[in-house]
Amino acid sequence: MRQPALARLGITGRGLVVILPYVWLLLFFVVPFLIVLKISFSDIDLAIPPYKPLVTWDAQNSPTITLNFNNYGFLFTDPLYIKAFLNSMKVAFISSLLCLAIGYPMAYGIARSRPAVRNLLLMLVVLPFWTSLLLRVYAWIGLLKANGVINNVLLSLGLIHEPLTMLYTPFAMYVGIVYSYLPFMILPLYSNLEKMDWQLIEAAQDLGCRPWKAFVAITLPLSRNGILAGSMLVFIPAVGEFVIPALLGGPNALMIGRILWDEFFSNRAWPVASAVAIVLLVLLVPFMMWYQSIQARESAAS
Amino acid sequence: MSKTPGPVVKASPWTDPGAQPYVRIEKLTKAFGDFKAVDEVSLNIYKGEIFCLLGASGCGKTTLLRMLGGFETPTSGRIFIDGEDMTGVPPYERPVNMMFQSYALFPHMTVEQNVAFGLKQDGIPKAEIRERVATMLDLVKLGEFGGRKPHQLSGGQRQRVALARSLVKRPKLLLLDEPLGALDKKLREHTQFELIGLQDRLGVTFVVVTHDQEEAMTLASRIGVMNHGEIVQSGTPTEIYEFPGSRFVADFIGSVNIFEGKLIEDEPGYVRIGSPELGGTIHVSHGISAAPDITVWAAVRPEKILMSTQPPGGTDNIVRGEVQDIAYLGDLSIYLVRLPTGKVVRVTQPNTSRHADPVTWEQQVYLSWDPSSPVVVTR
Repeated sequence: MRQPALARLGITGRGLVVILPYVWLLLFFVVPFLIVLKISFSDIDLAIPPYKPLVTWDAQNSPTITLNFNNYGFLFTDPLYIKAFLNSMKVAFISSLLCLAIGYPMAYGIARSRPAVRNLLLMLVVLPFWTSLLLRVYAWIGLLKANGVINNVLLSLGLIHEPLTMLYTPFAMYVGIVYSYLPFMILPLYSNLEKMDWQLIEAAQDLGCRPWKAFVAITLPLSRNGILAGSMLVFIPAVGEFVIPALLGGPNALMIGRILWDEFFSNRAWPVASAVAIVLLVLLVPFMMWYQSIQARESAAS
Repeated sequence: MSKTPGPVVKASPWTDPGAQPYVRIEKLTKAFGDFKAVDEVSLNIYKGEIFCLLGASGCGKTTLLRMLGGFETPTSGRIFIDGEDMTGVPPYERPVNMMFQSYALFPHMTVEQNVAFGLKQDGIPKAEIRERVATMLDLVKLGEFGGRKPHQLSGGQRQRVALARSLVKRPKLLLLDEPLGALDKKLREHTQFELIGLQDRLGVTFVVVTHDQEEAMTLASRIGVMNHGEIVQSGTPTEIYEFPGSRFVADFIGSVNIFEGKLIEDEPGYVRIGSPELGGTIHVSHGISAAPDITVWAAVRPEKILMSTQPPGGTDNIVRGEVQDIAYLGDLSIYLVRLPTGKVVRVTQPNTSRHADPVTWEQQVYLSWDPSSPVVVTR
């Protein structure tokens, strides 16, 4: 019997299926990462592309590798970068807390509603994703600006006498981030709370716990994994967030994503921008690993 | 144990008209929309009893138990525990604890923390909590397992943790929802007797919900048989089994042969029932209170029927049939005997001899019973 061509080459269907994700990762993560890593070690140059090659060949055809660590050194000497990193962490942290404060009651409400209502509510949570993020952020500009919807309503109701400055403030930036990332908090929390055995709450009440105390003693610790997973899903992308601070936060929003953009496009300092990207990634790796271990625990528990 | 073995004398306060009930349920109703899960149930339970609510699923027994625990608000009616009106009191303020069917152990706490949980809510000093938890864990033979998490325990051990957790607060009333339902048969039997021993020692009043009549018979001081949200009969296991008040109860508890018929002789000392279904007359050695000409049913338990190959003397309570099927269960055998009328009668005979049974398939046999055996019911 003739074997198919692929099988003769030692490639089986099963092998392909296993290899495919690795190929994907290699092409779209490892290779770009290595390119960025390479650029981060090169010197800036007025050329296209705007950096000097890492490897140069002299007259004897022997290669010389020039590694430039100055880009990284620069990041740690100029306080701007450290401040931007710290500020990004702070903004991401506060945003995660705000998302948790708003998302937990919502996830709890959805998990405790009737199954028919539950699916509708979940769809409403996911619905905004059907519109582009950019459009939704622009919509917030329309709502928050000086002669925007909110100010007009408040003025016409006579609650304020001159427009509130909301756009281009940290407030607007938090509104944008919390609004955009809220579903990432609600969904993992919901999937955790949905698995809760509500009889445990009855048992706690039976043993003398008032409802609020039963929530603190039973529901809250049992939803710990959901809280952590949701917080990571908000925190990790929020640290590097660029669009929302740029559009809503105004010129004073010192976020590392914006610094990166400025370095890359305004200053054409590709090596420094790459170094910023690498440091950002390295800083976020522990959080991603934490998130992964939570996920592993959660799936082991169910 | 300090308790010396001796005959168990069970008081029966329900027969004493002057006794004060410990739990008094008055015309309790729970309606979900048009459906009445519990329908005007009135019940007295006395201190130290094990009262079993027995019924098929959906009969309202769990709803009744949940109302005693405070998890459901009654639509109408009242609940008194130890003289106090508990009807609207939330579960966390009732002197009642519940052992849940799923056990509902807190998965993030150790066995000790689970048992200590209720005591902690009451603000009891730490040293006392530690002591009471240790005593309780020893009592359920889990002294060495205090540091384990629930998922590290077997089903039987979890059941005992749940029991310890619900008993440690010394509740006035302990509610048990299918307490042995999740255990396998061997363990269940063993645990039944442990449960009775524990209840005896602690003196806590138990209300047990079960669908398993054998479990109810073993555990209960009294059984309340429930159907469609009502308690159709309550009494000691013996009363329920030997003197069922209706066809439903007779049929629900154990197996029974029921023959429909009409009274042909109604005397104070005996009655005779003509039953076309049986193809003969049934002589019952006690009088009944029933209007003449109404349909009555005579219920005869399978183990109270005698099977013989030779005709026994007399004319009443004797019927001839053909063995249709035999099930050998080891300790006893079940025979299904088809009467000439087409009715199939169930007979059980203990296998007292090791030799092959003389009765075999398609054999003609005579069935007879003592006049004291049938129970006559009118509904």
